[in-house]
Amino acid sequence: MGQQIVNGLFLGSIYALFALGYTLVFGVLDILNLAHQAVFMLCAYAALLVVVHLHLPIYLAFPASVLAGGLLGILIDRIAFRPLRGRSDSNISGLISSIALATILEAVGLQLFGPDVERFPLGTVPDRSLRIGDAIVSELQVVIIGIALAMLAVLTFLLQRTRLGRQIRAVAESPLAARILGVNVDRVIAASFFISSALGSASGVLFGLAFNNVAPDMGRAVELKGLAVIILGGMGSMPGAAIAGFALGLLEVFTVAKLGSSYRDAIAFGVLFLVLVLRPRGLLGQAALREA
Amino acid sequence: MNLQALTDLWLTYQSTVAFVGLNGLLALSVYASLSCGQLSLAQAGFMALGAYTSAILTVHAQLPFAVVVLAAVLVPALVAVPLGLPVLRLRGVFLAIATIGFGEVVRIFFVNLDYTNGALGIVAIPRRTQLWMIYGALAVVLFVLWRIRGSRAGYALEAIREDEPAARTMGIHASAYKLAMLVLGAGIAGLAGALDAHLNFMVAPSSYSFSRVVDMLVYAIVGGTSVFYGPVVGAAFLTLLPEVLREVGSRVGLQPGPLRLFVNGLVLLLVILFLPNGLVSLPRRLRGWLESRRSAAHAA
Repeated sequence: MGQQIVNGLFLGSIYALFALGYTLVFGVLDILNLAHQAVFMLCAYAALLVVVHLHLPIYLAFPASVLAGGLLGILIDRIAFRPLRGRSDSNISGLISSIALATILEAVGLQLFGPDVERFPLGTVPDRSLRIGDAIVSELQVVIIGIALAMLAVLTFLLQRTRLGRQIRAVAESPLAARILGVNVDRVIAASFFISSALGSASGVLFGLAFNNVAPDMGRAVELKGLAVIILGGMGSMPGAAIAGFALGLLEVFTVAKLGSSYRDAIAFGVLFLVLVLRPRGLLGQAALREA
Repeated sequence: MNLQALTDLWLTYQSTVAFVGLNGLLALSVYASLSCGQLSLAQAGFMALGAYTSAILTVHAQLPFAVVVLAAVLVPALVAVPLGLPVLRLRGVFLAIATIGFGEVVRIFFVNLDYTNGALGIVAIPRRTQLWMIYGALAVVLFVLWRIRGSRAGYALEAIREDEPAARTMGIHASAYKLAMLVLGAGIAGLAGALDAHLNFMVAPSSYSFSRVVDMLVYAIVGGTSVFYGPVVGAAFLTLLPEVLREVGSRVGLQPGPLRLFVNGLVLLLVILFLPNGLVSLPRRLRGWLESRRSAAHAA
């Protein structure tokens, strides 16, 4: 029982980080950025390359690829979203151009790294484990949960207490009003993409370390889980995405334990479906559905 | 060119020609919902339902192919009704996500279904699909969509796409139209699934993943969704393009898989950024550009 709670929290922290990136951009732009999963994948590779070829320790590779991920996010905004801003159907055409970019980035990953699974070299992360009650917890699991919680705290502080955070929330409320009040909307959106993609990158590297598995299609599965998480949490709600991420992690771990692993993926989509039909605004979503 | 060379050419490209037709059908199934402004991404799920229904009926019940195909159209169409009633209340991105969820649930259902060999799927399905059936089906679907356009229903769909609340105010029963188009799209996807299953000898859950429906959407968008034949143009273009590129790619040392993905993504990106009405709007755009140049030359 204790073991499963730890495993669920561990999985959930990765889902939560990933989904926060999704929901941040959705909250600001009302656009679903499906290129998020490509950032997740490419940054896991970036960390792997830094460790394998530059022989740097993971605690340097991790921030490096988080930074790279953020910059990639700004690039994604420039190429796929900014040119479409102001078009009347920008949320659907933005969705489609992000699919296009995801496809391109995935092709790049596939061409550069090949279709096979790659692994971090032994000793990249400490493999000591400790006992908490009746649960055996690896140090890596503790570190990953810790990093996720720390990033959540930083993000909350950033959004609630800083000037940039206030600007992001203002643009999310109304880009037009924010612009009238002197907010540089394009810069704020670029900053949101930086933060969002940095979070996606962090979850990608942590996922790669946690399962010691980096592959060009690793983003696909998490992408769909991430959708379930942001729907459950309420589209655009940051605390909702964090809670729903942990909830989905726990739910999956308990499903595997009680029903068997074949139902693991069905749970996410069952939840997604029920929430959309019964309570479309999710756990913490605010308004009713907006006109799309 | 002698007859032998022609026959060889035909044998080489026969399957490509078949895929152009099948992908055209799949693109039209996405277009059906898009024509009233609804982005439904459940089509891979509907295709899977059609393909599995047809494979089971052929392999286990040995029914005639016409009955099998009819069932493959009806089963997904019937499933679309209870799916659409709640889901079509959602708008835009939410509808897209809900239908992605449905598609994945269908796929996972077949992965876990022992009766159809789980993840391995059904193999050794007899080949029943002929080329004329694919293009006959495509012609029928195009005919139906052509007849809808310009009819009362066609104007209603256009009104819903442009402004749903306004259309409702004018007395258009938007929910019924949206459901009808979802059902139509589901039927088309099921038809394509059955034809595909009896062409390639097998059905397996991995063929109906999220990337499949993304492909269909890409065909429709690249071709253009403002006219009913646009999706077919897009499907033909993007199915033939990799064949051409494979030659080029192998010379510069790129693998065909990533190259196909890359080109698909690039074409989609260019179209959505610079040609929002798709490839079918290209001739008009070119004409407009030429005319403006000519009048500029006159002025000078």
